[in-house]
Amino acid sequence: MKFPYSEKVLEHFRNPRNVGKIDDADGKATVGSPACGDMVAVYIKVDPKDSRISDVKFESYGCASNIATGSIITELAKGRTLEEAKSITWTQASDALGGLPKIKAHCSVLAVDGLRSAIQNYEEKHGLVKDMTPTTVDVVRRRLGKVMNPLTGLDMVRTNLVKEIEIKDGEVKIVVDLPDNHQFAPNIKEEVIDKIESLWDVKKVVVEFTE
Amino acid sequence: MEKIYLDNAATTPVAREVLDAMMPYFSEKYGNASSIHSFGTEAKEALEDAREKIANKLNANPYEIVFTSGGTESNNLALKGAALSNRKKGNHIITTKIEHGSVLKPCKWLEKLGFDVSYLDVDEYGLVDPENFENSIRDETIMVSVIHGNNEIGTIQDIDEIGKIAREKEIYFHIDACQSFTKTGINVETQNLDMVTINSHKIYGPKGIGALYIREGVKVDPLIHGGGHERKLRAGTENIPGIVGFAKAAEITTPGDVEKMRELRDYLIKRIINEIPNSNLIGHPQKRLCNNANFTFKFIEGESMLMLLDQAGICVSTGSACSSHALKPSHVLLATGIPPEDAHGSLRLSPGKYNTLEEMDYTVVNLKKIVGRLRELSPFK
Ligand SMILES: Cc1ncc(COP(=O)(O)O)c(C=O)c1O
Repeated sequence: MKFPYSEKVLEHFRNPRNVGKIDDADGKATVGSPACGDMVAVYIKVDPKDSRISDVKFESYGCASNIATGSIITELAKGRTLEEAKSITWTQASDALGGLPKIKAHCSVLAVDGLRSAIQNYEEKHGLVKDMTPTTVDVVRRRLGKVMNPLTGLDMVRTNLVKEIEIKDGEVKIVVDLPDNHQFAPNIKEEVIDKIESLWDVKKVVVEFTE
Repeated sequence: MEKIYLDNAATTPVAREVLDAMMPYFSEKYGNASSIHSFGTEAKEALEDAREKIANKLNANPYEIVFTSGGTESNNLALKGAALSNRKKGNHIITTKIEHGSVLKPCKWLEKLGFDVSYLDVDEYGLVDPENFENSIRDETIMVSVIHGNNEIGTIQDIDEIGKIAREKEIYFHIDACQSFTKTGINVETQNLDMVTINSHKIYGPKGIGALYIREGVKVDPLIHGGGHERKLRAGTENIPGIVGFAKAAEITTPGDVEKMRELRDYLIKRIINEIPNSNLIGHPQKRLCNNANFTFKFIEGESMLMLLDQAGICVSTGSACSSHALKPSHVLLATGIPPEDAHGSLRLSPGKYNTLEEMDYTVVNLKKIVGRLRELSPFK
């Protein structure tokens, strides 16, 4: 198929800005999954004085539009306040890139989601979440709905990998319906912990496998 | 910079000799093969001469060759034509999970009409188990359709075995030989073939022309009705320049060409597997098309690889979701049991007879750089 990419998309794809990890990131998030063919990790450093993003980096596993959007989103977010950065939309990213093909919306919206998730991760870790409702099984389940099941490319809730969720005194236990020696068990465990432990009232996350 | 074309499984350039053979049939020799006058006779002779040349390549009789507009039409004619013509015998068709769309989609369409289609599994190399095929045959089975050389993974099926079983059980045996024609032997007699799909643009001939071999006595309904062309199986004034070009292309292929492609293929496979970590060959290591090298590269995605290679002037293809409209990785790769995240990182390099070893070196050097760069960028390690 022909790739109707703009010059700007191609330029960001060839020379992506702000690539890499921030080891001591204040907020970070990984969204998407290799099974679906797209995955983005976003890392942010935040200046607590004025809540501005002082540094932002990204890593991408994906197609050209995914990489280019990761690159543009870091440019758009750098120096912005968290509130400003949170409101950056896919349309803004697409406009800044001179337009993205419609068929690629799915791959490129991921980077936008990644930035928002990294900000959310920061806010949760720093007690900045205004909404202090206690974590329930529903909240946990909703979050697990963002963890992909690499076997199918669908999320782990929809594919019935979540066998049990238990919440007690700030400790969340999740039982995953996979043998613990499964090829993807370590990835899934890491992703689950990542998604749940940042919730404001969660002190500990325990992931167990069924065998 | 010169471009390096490594997508010969998608299509090939028209060979000089082929173009030269075609040219007069656009200009001076423009007759309609159905006309009785001298222009018509000239065209008719060219048509029948071409039919004979194509038949020779398959060990078939010339009148068993029906010219069509290409592989897609031939596959449609074979599947739908035979299914519709043999409804009295039954409603069951057998095929595989690794077919080209031009077989799969007609099968899906036939299912809507009430036919029942079994899609055979393949092993990790993409091979059908003949025993599994035999077990899936029923009293109502009309035909089995199998892709001979797979366009994606390059695996060549053991059609001798399948043919023996099909003949014994008296069901029609169709192969889609678009990729294998002239690259590996096809003999309709010794291999018990009833229908064979072939086309021209994969063998240095023009696009838009192909043929279906239909064994005498095999019942097939036409899909295109009109004049009585092509044994009444395919109406329409014959595309004489295309047919002449197709026959010329088939005629000029030599064992040397096949040997050369194999050498380039093996060189690519050896260097890539040895020099790029976490790369795997997909398809069968030996039973494979002479022009197919297909790999998965872990932790990176195919479309990005393809586009960076294109920037370096190297043209290849991928089975990644992002290169398709479906946003799903290739059904062929998934059928061989390759996990989706690896299928997204697949790359097919198909050298042709005009490529050189130097081009393979340039390709490997650039591919190494590109894989390295994308892996650095990837959070998935
Ligand atoms: C295996 C196979 N079958 C069928 C086709 C369709 O042939 P055509 O492009 O001539 O319609 C192709 C190539 O495109 C092919 O590789």
